[in-house]
Amino acid sequence: MKLHEYQAKTRFAEAGLTVPEGHVVDAPDGAARAFEILGREFAVVKAQVHAGGRGKAGGVRLVRSAEEALSVARDLLGTSLVTHQTGPKGVVVRNLLVEEGLDLEREIYAAVVLDRCLETPVLMACAEGGVEIEEIATKRPEAILRETVDCWRGLDAFKARRMAWRLGVPKELVGSLARTLQGLARIWLASDAGLVEVNPLVTTKDGRVVCLDGKMSIDDSALFRQKELAALRNTQDEEPTEVRARAAHLSYVKLDGDIGCLVNGAGLAMATMDIVKLHGGEPANFLDVGGSATAEQVATAFGIILEDSTVKGILVNIFGGIMQCDILAEGVVEATKAVRLDRPLVVRLEGTNVERGRQILADSGLDITSAADMGDAARLIVEAVS
Amino acid sequence: MSILIDRSTRLVTQGITGEAGRFHTLACREYGTNVVAGVTPGRGGGDVEGIPVFNTVRDAVDETGANTSMIFVPAAFAADAVLEAVEAGIGIVVCITEGIPALDEVRMKQVVVAAGARLIGPNGPGVISPCESAKVGIMPGYIHTPGRIGVVSRSGTLTYEAVWQLTAMGLGQSTCLGIGGDPIPGTLFVDALELFQEDPATDGVFLIGEIGGTAEEEAATFVREHMTKPVAAFVAGATAPPGKRMGHAGAIIAGGKGTAAEKREALEAAGILVAESPADMGRAMAKALEAQPVP
Repeated sequence: MKLHEYQAKTRFAEAGLTVPEGHVVDAPDGAARAFEILGREFAVVKAQVHAGGRGKAGGVRLVRSAEEALSVARDLLGTSLVTHQTGPKGVVVRNLLVEEGLDLEREIYAAVVLDRCLETPVLMACAEGGVEIEEIATKRPEAILRETVDCWRGLDAFKARRMAWRLGVPKELVGSLARTLQGLARIWLASDAGLVEVNPLVTTKDGRVVCLDGKMSIDDSALFRQKELAALRNTQDEEPTEVRARAAHLSYVKLDGDIGCLVNGAGLAMATMDIVKLHGGEPANFLDVGGSATAEQVATAFGIILEDSTVKGILVNIFGGIMQCDILAEGVVEATKAVRLDRPLVVRLEGTNVERGRQILADSGLDITSAADMGDAARLIVEAVS
Repeated sequence: MSILIDRSTRLVTQGITGEAGRFHTLACREYGTNVVAGVTPGRGGGDVEGIPVFNTVRDAVDETGANTSMIFVPAAFAADAVLEAVEAGIGIVVCITEGIPALDEVRMKQVVVAAGARLIGPNGPGVISPCESAKVGIMPGYIHTPGRIGVVSRSGTLTYEAVWQLTAMGLGQSTCLGIGGDPIPGTLFVDALELFQEDPATDGVFLIGEIGGTAEEEAATFVREHMTKPVAAFVAGATAPPGKRMGHAGAIIAGGKGTAAEKREALEAAGILVAESPADMGRAMAKALEAQPVP
């Protein structure tokens, strides 16, 4: 789950880190008022969207008056911001963060993330901030500094200091920067974060260390114990079908194709998408009904897939282990009747009681094509929708 | 592979009185595993179809000599269950639970490693050794057949698909091991490959990977440097979009890294035959065996 910049900065401030003074607004005159309250020479208006590359897309704008703030806010609010990360449709800007303008000295990159190779969280930092860290990671990996974060103790003070010295900030700011880095690690542990990123983390001309940007994502598996953070989720920012699927405890990701997929097991579901593509088709979604799918869940899954009018056909691939194929076949038939299926359906069943399962499908009177194996299933559905 | 589970396995199920725990414990027993105990806090003194239930793993170990544990405890409490098993002296812990927070996984693995125990999973189907009629997990026993191919996978049902194909081709299995779909698995591909390389009952290995992390790349390096036995593979997720968690907590392309294409390349560079289609996994293993006959 992603947090917006303003939400991440609230958490940073609560943890004692310095963030720019700012106000979240959802209306143009709110932006004008915010500018006045800040009372600075200039302010920065930032679109609050879950996507990087806002700056280049015009989602981060410097303003020098309340009128300008109003005008920029009008330009941004309610419109779709298209960045290199959003896809061509872009994302709707619902909120703006209006912050004081600061006189910057240095810009640094800092992030805490789980290093799956080292099996521990790490603090990554770079003396160049405000840039695409992925580019630096590819072109100049030696520019990225790392310190391990202990999963209980956090970032030890000596490591924080070492990192601060290596980042080359003036001596008098080493302590403040080190404490900020420790703060980021502390937040990561306390929030069950996936990522805590500040890009850029800045030093100002008046000698402060400030988190100019803030990005946080929370481990979805930990939301049950991060209730305050979980409550910050705004489903308006998400794909509606994905929201519905989550509510039904189905694992679902919307894609761009026209062949809906319904599978038990994440690895098999990914492999099913892959084989559809190998046969010249385009998967419309990833969907894992899980190990103990009931007829009801199968029906809900069908409904979600069919909600998408671009879906021209559905492929069901079930390897029933403990789950019996005849029970599943009954569920598929029930679900198909309930949603009044009007598009081609190919079903591949394998596993316990498979013969009985296939018989149930054949006897249902519904237009269900049975496939013998995965390759057969992919070929049949691609043919059916073309 | 008789190193992980075999006829000497004495299994205790943590969470035995829950629906899944009960069902799969009985299925393991039916397959041939020696199930000696179950643990559900508060249900000690009872039994499940003759299997004694205890309040703590320590009690179960003291009374029955259990040496292997299978965990069906909900995600919020599963890490604690793993720690309990390890502290009680259980040498092999198979954790089926899905949804354990990543931070818990980091912490519990450190404890498991320090104790010299082995964790398999979490979020995996478990392990099965057909030659030993031993199963600690949820995989359907009947699709397996005794043989000399080791299988190691991050997936559940995709593994069954691979095993199904192998069995159909007459390529029986020595041990099939699900390392699970999470970002910090207790046992990695390289750990399993090392065990398979040393196992006199295994002639070749089939590896099933997926997007996210660097486990396949590390496996490729290990194969190139340490393995003499033939290895074939399949990597799921060639069509997965970046930045999205594809069901498994560990199946995510992050910062552009961890794509299926990269993993395929790394595996192929190490001389591993990678099936292009999941329908060709069994065929890939057969080809690898032909190309690199067992010494």
